[in-house]
Amino acid sequence: MTIQVPPVGFVSAGTLEEAARLVSDPDDRAVLIAGGTDLVPKLKRHQAAPITLVSLANIEAMHGIAITDDGACVIGALTTLSEIASSPDVPTMLASAAATVASPQIRNSATIGGNLCVDTRCNYIDMPLTWRQARGHCLKDGGDTCWVAPASDRCWAISSTDLAPVVIALNASVRLVSSRGERVVTADSLYRSDGINYLTKTSDEILVDVTIPATTARTSFQKLRRRGSIDFALLSVACAVDVDSEGRCDTARIVVGGIASAPVSATDAEEFLVGKQLTPEVIDEASEIASKPVRAQDNTDTGQRYRKWMISVHVAKALTEAATERV
Amino acid sequence: MTESILRLTVNGALHTVVTSSHRTLLEVLRKDLDMTGTKHGCDLGECGACTVLVDSKPMLSCITLASQVEGREITTIEGLSDGPFPDELQTAFSELGAAQCGYCTPGMILSSRSLLDTNPDPTTDDINEALAGNLCRCTGYVAIISAVHLAATRTLGRAE
Ligand SMILES: Cc1cc2nc3c(=O)[nH]c(=O)nc-3n(C[C@H](O)[C@H](O)[C@H](O)COP(=O)(O)OP(=O)(O)OC[C@H]3O[C@@H](n4cnc5c(N)ncnc54)[C@H](O)[C@@H]3O)c2cc1C
Ligand code: FES
Ligand code: FES
Repeated sequence: MTIQVPPVGFVSAGTLEEAARLVSDPDDRAVLIAGGTDLVPKLKRHQAAPITLVSLANIEAMHGIAITDDGACVIGALTTLSEIASSPDVPTMLASAAATVASPQIRNSATIGGNLCVDTRCNYIDMPLTWRQARGHCLKDGGDTCWVAPASDRCWAISSTDLAPVVIALNASVRLVSSRGERVVTADSLYRSDGINYLTKTSDEILVDVTIPATTARTSFQKLRRRGSIDFALLSVACAVDVDSEGRCDTARIVVGGIASAPVSATDAEEFLVGKQLTPEVIDEASEIASKPVRAQDNTDTGQRYRKWMISVHVAKALTEAATERV
Repeated sequence: MTESILRLTVNGALHTVVTSSHRTLLEVLRKDLDMTGTKHGCDLGECGACTVLVDSKPMLSCITLASQVEGREITTIEGLSDGPFPDELQTAFSELGAAQCGYCTPGMILSSRSLLDTNPDPTTDDINEALAGNLCRCTGYVAIISAVHLAATRTLGRAE
């Protein structure tokens, strides 16, 4: 049986200005589409009901990777994950994280802009409509109860973008353009820990590009998933550490994805590392500190205690790999 | 329902299709153009049965709207053979029995075609990686990987 996309219009914008105009009025229920690898399955599961899809694909200016005079890497939002995974110009951690997203076919369509804006996921919302109707709609689905935490008044769906932890750890910023103007925000501040309103940008704002400043940090990306060939992360960890000539940690960034409604910065562990040599003992202690404050919810396919434990395992792996990375 | 006129280039031929703008490329290929070589599996991007090449790169036609690929070169399994002469991969797959029910085969062959076009002498790891998004519920993959090696070896042999 074909799972059809419900009727929806399709307009391909030729310029950024045109796209911004087409999504400027919320009453038009116009939604942006880049690769469509997140949005099309969502439409098929009746998780969104736009009137029109506004395609960004033909906006030439939003494609490609450039290096600025001061060494920053600027990536157009429509650059595909295959292009990023094979690019010698992007930070290695970003290329290796992009190579772990979904499958080869999906990476040929999927864009970095779509990845950074990818919807949050949960066992209850990512079910067919008939199942959700029988079970009763959850908060994210227009109902009044979060089935993961019924006593809670918020939605706990999980941030599932693999590239957000990476760009946050690399202190990136994103440029947002709407018909009202333009603003640049840190990648970190793009996210809000709320499964429904998981982005701080408004629906009329288009993510145009991502800027990653030049860095000397040693980095590592780690991802836990069931099948290494295609699955979403049960957990991902991006870490970036700067060490001085004596091997002591100057700055550390540890960002965990797939565990809460927004990427989580392990700030206590980051502070703990400053000034220390990255010995196995220090790494073990930092990874324990990183997992301590996290409260995993029971809304994906492995248990909460296992995922919390895996945070420390993967933070330790990431720090160990970063400490020995050649730069 | 929004009707639209799409101009799609499939296997080198330009088709003008009057269809609804929410149709996926898979539906347009199978229902509007009656090209049933592209298979319909999970319909949610998870199995690779619906793989086609868009500008020579494998993509999933079940989660791509036909409207998204207007103006691009689409290749389906029907477009791979040269008239009556099968592609080297098709020959190798049939010789080595790299298909049982055959449902995954068009997708497997198209993903492999794209691999060999960019990497004519792949290692087994390269093949595993290129086929990571194509599921086969029958063969156990061993014959499939051997068939890709065989096609690569024969193509290289002819080039020498
Ligand atoms: C089987 C499967 C496995 C997957 N595995 C992973 C995985 O392992 N890791 C992972 O991170 N993702 C995964 N995904 C999700 C998705 O494929 C990727 O996140 C992809 O990068 C999304 O990009 P896209 O261009 O296809 O987004 P789209 O589907 O086009 O858009 C996604 C969302 O972002 C919005 N959007 C897109 N571009 C912009 C922009 N420039 N400005 C503002 N808003 C925008 C859209 O309106 C939509 O809400 C998987 C998907 C599938 C089907
Ligand atoms: S039918 Fe398209 S991936 Fe399964
Ligand atoms: S031969 Fe049956 S799915 Fe592969």
